[in-house]
Amino acid sequence: MTNMKVNVAGVEFKNPVLTASGCFGFGREYEQMYPLEKLGGICLKGMTLNEKLGNPPCRIAETPKGILNSVGLQNPGVEAFLKKDMDYLSKKNTVLVANAAGSCIEDYCALVERLSDSKVDMIELNISCPNVKKGGVAFGTKAEAAAEMVKAVRKVCKKPLMVKLSPNVTDITEIAKAVEAEGADAVSLINTLLGMRIDIKSRRPVLHNNVGGLSGPCVFPIALRMVWQVSNAVKIPVVGLGGIEKWEDAIEMMMAGARAIQVGTAMFYNPYAPLQIIEGMENWCKENKIDDINDIVGTVKPW
Amino acid sequence: MSYIQGVYPIIKRKAIAKGMFDYTVHCPEIANMAKAGQFVTITAANHTLRRPISICEIDKEKGNLRIVFEVRGSGTEEISKLAEGQLMDIMGPLGNNGFELLDKGKKAIVIGGGIGTPPMLEIANHYGKNCKAVLGFRSADACILEKDFAQTGAEVLLTTDDGTKVRKGFVTDVLNEELSKEIPDIIYACGPKPMLKALVKIAEEKGIRLQVSLEERMGCGIGACLVCACKVRIKGSETYKHVCKDGPVFEAEEVVFDD
Repeated sequence: MTNMKVNVAGVEFKNPVLTASGCFGFGREYEQMYPLEKLGGICLKGMTLNEKLGNPPCRIAETPKGILNSVGLQNPGVEAFLKKDMDYLSKKNTVLVANAAGSCIEDYCALVERLSDSKVDMIELNISCPNVKKGGVAFGTKAEAAAEMVKAVRKVCKKPLMVKLSPNVTDITEIAKAVEAEGADAVSLINTLLGMRIDIKSRRPVLHNNVGGLSGPCVFPIALRMVWQVSNAVKIPVVGLGGIEKWEDAIEMMMAGARAIQVGTAMFYNPYAPLQIIEGMENWCKENKIDDINDIVGTVKPW
Repeated sequence: MSYIQGVYPIIKRKAIAKGMFDYTVHCPEIANMAKAGQFVTITAANHTLRRPISICEIDKEKGNLRIVFEVRGSGTEEISKLAEGQLMDIMGPLGNNGFELLDKGKKAIVIGGGIGTPPMLEIANHYGKNCKAVLGFRSADACILEKDFAQTGAEVLLTTDDGTKVRKGFVTDVLNEELSKEIPDIIYACGPKPMLKALVKIAEEKGIRLQVSLEERMGCGIGACLVCACKVRIKGSETYKHVCKDGPVFEAEEVVFDD
């Protein structure tokens, strides 16, 4: 039996496959199809201190091998989450990663403080959402702003802190190094890439928000490249995501340096994708006589 | 709500009008759980997103679902290429809220505008002769399911925008005429937004309950991704619900139709 357990910043995951934030709600919808305990972990839908209604529709556009979304962080707010979903989720025998977002440092801190007293296992700091007018990605595209945010949040965060990075930057390693220096325990990347589609009949952007975040298999090579670069630039663990749809992608991502991976958009067309990826990785390890999945992390041999 | 995803054999395929296709798929597990007004999502080759398509008829005994859809883009075009005997990747039944069917003795009017017509058939099956089916199409060559509705025992009232079949006019004209004769217990509608908006006004004025089936571009289809937002008014304040999970059927009075 291959060991599939991985450890990211002191948090143990039974396998390296997590569901990505924003693609899995608070778990209830996919639980109709399979038990959540099969998953390594769940990155919960991004939440904010107070309820957010999100952007007006249309919020999604299809692209070749991908989608653009502009949900705009619609969520019920942390108190509603804690009241309605926390107890339910805490019984599911899987790692719970709360995705925390906001529009100003004070809000992020208040939210993280509140989540620190809850049963979530880890906090993923979302400084990379491209779909909100205030905050979000604004904190994730400049090293100084990212550092300032992590410095403030670190002081109030009692849980392992993973910072989710934006790919909409000139050099993602600069941001990664900046958040590491301020005490981030891990980084996850990539969030979506800013994109656009136009309806040629109406001459209007398909998305009501005009622009939105690109995800799906089309972004995988970019995500893989960035995970590889960041893994070589920081000492803290890296969690890789962006367009993973098959077990082969997950293996590639781990070879590039990711300790764990997240599956997102693939679930929209194949709800069982995370489970098939876990199974495929296990089989591959068996066939290749790999006793421990951790042994493949960062093993890519660059030319 | 319970749903599954799997691949199921197509047992019948028919082109029923220009760009309109009628499929019967043998999917007993999904058919067993399905209710009027729910939908399924179908994989389209070479496309990222599954396509949401309303359920037209449910045959629980045979384990079949009937779906009728219009080719609107390259995704539905791919689905329309699937032949009898091939497999269709279906997820469903989806939507927490289908149409609420009252006692069979009650009087109902179903209103279908264009490709909004198929989900109305299962309602007509329920009410039979106590149902009037007001069906509106662009033109004669876009008319679908007329005979199917007639077979349920429902009175079929057809209208075309250009007058190339039966009569010229909109479903609202027909509805107003019918309402002047008799007020039904409930009205159900599915079709383009301007049509629904006009119907909401009529139903409100006459104080008749109206259920509408909405559509919006979808992601996951089950309520996890929150992309298919529709504006609703709850206790006086506006918020977003989601067509896939909270609908696709809504009480007309709660829907906010933006211009």
